[in-house]
Amino acid sequence: MMMKPNDYASVMARKPEIMIKSVGIDYSKFESGSIAFDYEKMMRETGYSLDEMQKIQYSVNVGNTPILELKNITALARSCAPKGKGARIFIKDEACNPSGSFKARRAATAVYHAKKLGYKGVISATSGNYGAAVASQAAIAGLKCIIVQECYDSKGVGQPEIVEKARKCEALGAEVVQLSVGPELFYKFLLLLEETGYFNASLYTPFGIGGVETLGYEISMQFREKYGKDPDVVVCTNAGGGNLTGTARGLTKAGAHSQIVAASVSLAGLHMASDIAFNKKSFTTGHTGFGVPYSSWPDRSDVPRSAARPLRYMDRYVTIAQGSVFYMTEALASLEGLEKGPAGNTALAAAFALAQELDQDKTIIVQETEYTGAGKHIQPQLSFARDNGIEIIFGDPKDEIPGKNIIFPSHPSLLKATDIDLDHMRKSLIKTAMATYHVENPTNEDIMFLAEETKTNIEYVKAQILARS
Amino acid sequence: MVKKGEWVRIYKIILQPSERAPQVPDDTKKVPLELWVKGFLLDDAEMNENVVIETVTGRREEGKLIEVNPYYTHDYGKFIPELLVIDKQTRDIVFGGGR
Repeated sequence: MMMKPNDYASVMARKPEIMIKSVGIDYSKFESGSIAFDYEKMMRETGYSLDEMQKIQYSVNVGNTPILELKNITALARSCAPKGKGARIFIKDEACNPSGSFKARRAATAVYHAKKLGYKGVISATSGNYGAAVASQAAIAGLKCIIVQECYDSKGVGQPEIVEKARKCEALGAEVVQLSVGPELFYKFLLLLEETGYFNASLYTPFGIGGVETLGYEISMQFREKYGKDPDVVVCTNAGGGNLTGTARGLTKAGAHSQIVAASVSLAGLHMASDIAFNKKSFTTGHTGFGVPYSSWPDRSDVPRSAARPLRYMDRYVTIAQGSVFYMTEALASLEGLEKGPAGNTALAAAFALAQELDQDKTIIVQETEYTGAGKHIQPQLSFARDNGIEIIFGDPKDEIPGKNIIFPSHPSLLKATDIDLDHMRKSLIKTAMATYHVENPTNEDIMFLAEETKTNIEYVKAQILARS
Repeated sequence: MVKKGEWVRIYKIILQPSERAPQVPDDTKKVPLELWVKGFLLDDAEMNENVVIETVTGRREEGKLIEVNPYYTHDYGKFIPELLVIDKQTRDIVFGGGR
């Protein structure tokens, strides 16, 4: 057999064929040949129904996590809010899932699908909770598992949270391939898929996203049963967009009309593929470095058409400073007796600020928590930051400069959520769509598609196209 | 001497600085893309020698032998006294200073 060339360019050129074999989806079936593709058809024909997903997940102990009311955090928010303001704050305790996060939902459906199609193993490229989730589900299914993670800078120093994730994946029986900083992680990922013939348990396939729909659906059902109504606001920590997309779709399937808010930690100014900046971040996900590009243009993932399309669903997108998330994480322990990891606490910090805009009879839910522990806890993260020359001080979070300092609010009333201009993001998506597909005159189908993509209407899209020509 | 069958960690460079992707930032382009993986040693070897291992999924991978029975040392970090200030502040606001 002829050896295939393994240099970077040659391997990347084989991406389409490797992807078809490893995902088992022929994406061309959903393409229009222009900007538009049939998103709902893709979700319907390649994914599972809500009922099927619930059955799959419950059979492997995933889902049905409790909702907790945070009465003391609510009291703290009310002490900072104008009179009569301060909505009740809740969390959905997704850390109760087998792998310690909501990612178990995504992994359960992806691994189920891989097994059904007869794959011997699964591979995922992730430095986060998803790796642990895939490893956990693969262990239950009796499939082999490889997790590829970006872990170290060029000095061999690992982000403590990612090192912990490697430990957890190995503890659950996975092979962990660790790499230094760089987007060429994808290159090694492709080589591994080619070498093993395993299933690509991508975060962005319809199974991965559909798996989160059960989360949104459960929120609505549990809330109605306990409080007689749907939550007014649902806050989702946003990175690749799958969490928000799946949750929002599940809420819609339940008939809920809650406001959907995305929240990301602000890492403005830090380059994600930079060796030097790598260990100056105190958050490995849920940050603007993923959240903003993936919301503005979702088709930048490891599959041709991402099932995570967050701009279709979000009503509002806010950022939170790193020090504010750390502050809320500590407040959650000191006031509620709960130790949870950083991802859910990003949305919690946002919810704390947003609750103060709402009347006291309103409800706001943070739709995930995650496990914490060595490496993931705020103490090792802050200690790591301090060792990397980051200044940790009390002050006004608006003065925080990612990579230079971490500012704990000197009073909780200073903890604010900053709105991202969604209009700008929508325009950017339309512009990128036209440039990517080299379309000067979008078809009617394209215009309707872009209206859905941006949660706007045909008139809005037409105005943007006119403004460009 | 490390015996055949021992659980080890290997290291290798998979892309030299000159072979890196065109889109990587300049600081990253100056350094190679490195890989670490664990598995069972297939033949007796000395530390820092080039060896072949079999991973838990049964894959073969070649690289420099750098650790035997590798273990994790990540922990809860050094103490951050500022966290005590947050504890006291939040509890004072919610429950009152004289609780």
